[in-house]
Amino acid sequence: MAEKKPAKKSAAKKSTAKTAPTKKATAAKGTTPAKKAGAKRASTTSTPTAVATAAERAGGERARRRSTPLLSGSEEGRAQARRTPARRTPARRTPARRAPARPTAPTLRVVEGEGGGDAAPRRRERARASSAGAAALQGAVRSVEAESPSETPTSTTPSSGTTLAPGVAELLSVALSAGQVASRSIGSAMSQAAGEDLERRLGDVLAFLRRRVQGDYVVDDFGFDEDFTIHTAFPLLRPLKDRWFRVEVRGIENIPAEGGALVVSNHSGTVAIDSVITQLAIYDEHPQRRFLRMLGADLVFQMPLVGDFARKTGATLATNPDAERLMSNGELVGVWPEGFKGVGKPFRERYKLQRFGRGGFVSAAMRSEVPIIPCSVVGAEEVYPMIGNLKTLARLLGAPYAPVTPTFPLLGPLGLIPLPSKWIIEFSPPVDTASLGKDAAEDPALVFDLTDQVRETIQQTLYSVLMTRRSVFF
Amino acid sequence: MARTVLITGVSRHLGGAFARRLSAEEDVTRIIGVDVVPPRHGIGRAEFVRADIRSPLIARIVSDNEVDTVVHMGVIATPAASGGRVSQKEINVIGTMQLLAACQKAESLQRLVVKSTSAVYGSSPKDPAMFKEEFSARRLPSGGWGRDSVEVEGYVRGFARRRPDVGITMLRFANVIGPRIRTAMTDYFSLPLIPLPLGYDGRLQFVHEDDVGEALTTALLQDAVGTVNIAGDGIITATQAANLAGRPFLSIPHQGSGTIGGLLQRSGLVDSSPDQITLLTFGRGVDTTKMRAELGFEPRYTTREAFESFAARLTHRRFFLGGRKQPSWLAAHAAERAIAAIDLTGKKD
Repeated sequence: MAEKKPAKKSAAKKSTAKTAPTKKATAAKGTTPAKKAGAKRASTTSTPTAVATAAERAGGERARRRSTPLLSGSEEGRAQARRTPARRTPARRTPARRAPARPTAPTLRVVEGEGGGDAAPRRRERARASSAGAAALQGAVRSVEAESPSETPTSTTPSSGTTLAPGVAELLSVALSAGQVASRSIGSAMSQAAGEDLERRLGDVLAFLRRRVQGDYVVDDFGFDEDFTIHTAFPLLRPLKDRWFRVEVRGIENIPAEGGALVVSNHSGTVAIDSVITQLAIYDEHPQRRFLRMLGADLVFQMPLVGDFARKTGATLATNPDAERLMSNGELVGVWPEGFKGVGKPFRERYKLQRFGRGGFVSAAMRSEVPIIPCSVVGAEEVYPMIGNLKTLARLLGAPYAPVTPTFPLLGPLGLIPLPSKWIIEFSPPVDTASLGKDAAEDPALVFDLTDQVRETIQQTLYSVLMTRRSVFF
Repeated sequence: MARTVLITGVSRHLGGAFARRLSAEEDVTRIIGVDVVPPRHGIGRAEFVRADIRSPLIARIVSDNEVDTVVHMGVIATPAASGGRVSQKEINVIGTMQLLAACQKAESLQRLVVKSTSAVYGSSPKDPAMFKEEFSARRLPSGGWGRDSVEVEGYVRGFARRRPDVGITMLRFANVIGPRIRTAMTDYFSLPLIPLPLGYDGRLQFVHEDDVGEALTTALLQDAVGTVNIAGDGIITATQAANLAGRPFLSIPHQGSGTIGGLLQRSGLVDSSPDQITLLTFGRGVDTTKMRAELGFEPRYTTREAFESFAARLTHRRFFLGGRKQPSWLAAHAAERAIAAIDLTGKKD
């Protein structure tokens, strides 16, 4: 490693920085001017001051940070770092507020006390890292200048045959990293008012954007994009689930910690949001944070945007090959056997289960020998009470139904706002299929029996939950 | 076992690469390469015979040389490579018919290896996530190469009935990609601005060009296993592919995609077909369990690696983020690491 060479020099500087907490600010200034300037130049594209302040802050912070591998495994380090609340920064940057900022100063000392035992080796490592960072930055500055001829037309073009295009991508990538730093400093400034994890969240968002722009994410065989689901789909749905519908989950312990299982649920609500809310509820409540892999009708995947969103959040076509493939991979699979009959039923038939398809889900579970978990969703029926169905229009559009609710289409787009009903999702104890053996799937009578049993369980649970419900909205 | 292998379509990129790869196999005593035009690249120790597989002359080549293995790679994917759709179809369908007719008469023939494509599964919203070999297309490919391949496979099945003594392996390759090959897919992702269907993000699977030769060689040396899917592991989506190629993309509503596709084709920028647009819309995945279990073939490149090896070759990357080897990228990376270093120091635990 070339970075190791200048380590000793700055190690000396660092050790002075460590000695007295009061000198931190000055020490920081002493070590970072090069970096500060470098950072300024590096982020020519955006927020130079933010990076500079971050750099300035960094010099001081590094002095009391615990040793973290800075350059190697930076991704891990970053993730680790993100989790830690950054409380001390604002206190240092605004010395006037230092006295009233109660939590900052004490924690500082505690950390130092803890780290006192093996401070020396840590210091060394820190110093090395910092100088490496500085070196890298300087290199970066040079290269950024070189690759942006539009800004510095005098810079020499490298003699290597490869074209050094303006490098919009590279600049964008750097800008995103810089933005991450900037967001942290902004975040830390705001953290006093808006809570500490804002900073972390802003950083996360920028890291996410960078991954997306680079195509640096993994999609599984079914098109499930975990990165997108966790960072885009779930955060969008979570307020809806927690604040609007105030979802209460019961019997989450009935979902196994691992291995394949089939969640069978009732379907309702005119727009099939009960499936995505159930998925999010399981992810949020389950200790293993399991993803529910939903099985959807082909119509879903035919629709633009909807189909794409469904695939990315883990849905796939409700066919036996896909269902069995998922379950044999040990995934938690969700199925809504009522299909469009359930979603598009009139309001007066609420909480009355429709026919459960042909029982294909039961035979699939039998073949894969996974348990069936009946799931009853109460509250989704009242989200968009469907009081009419424009069948002619539906036929014209090729849709299974064209709903009329008290607010839609009367109030236009406003009618798309769901009613804030109170939701209760209850998972019943699993129905075992493994003991029946694989051949049981070939016995239609047994399949029908089990289908009825699951349907009956869900219907009874629906009634019992409805009995306990105080009102539709509370 | 002394073997004489006949390769059709040897003057094409993959055919030549396969001939070179097969030249390294000592079990193979003689390699005969057949095509209508002389090869512009090396074909190893293969002997080139200029012949049209659409003519009955091919029968004489097969019988006179005591050919015991035929590798049929003469199915052409792009219309432009053969001088238009009509001649493409003729080469693909009539050529296969003539070749199989010749094979049927050849007493010496023991093995037939056919290079087919996963396009035979079509692409539709009703598709299962991963096609196994025994699944059939939910919606047959509407035209072009996919349709031709369906017909070619039909003739091969007919041949299998009439010559049960010949061991047949038919390899259904996912879209072939790599730094050297030129296909409709590589043309498409080389566009400075990639049009993609709005609201859809098809799942794509690729196989590296080097793996094609390896798979065909494995198929030739192994026992016949029937139809096998060949694809790199994993999936990338169309937008992800555009990002990996470092190209900005433009989402076009589905209604307009046909027009755009037509325009691109007429302008000669991309040798695309309606099938390709459906593929980018709904995507397709093939199951490769049989490839490992029965053929015993392990691709060296995953789908993503195969695509990245193609993307690294792209020039004029105005928006390039995929390859980490460019000096400009290395510089950007250094800057990023430096910023990350500062960034890390910003928090403490």
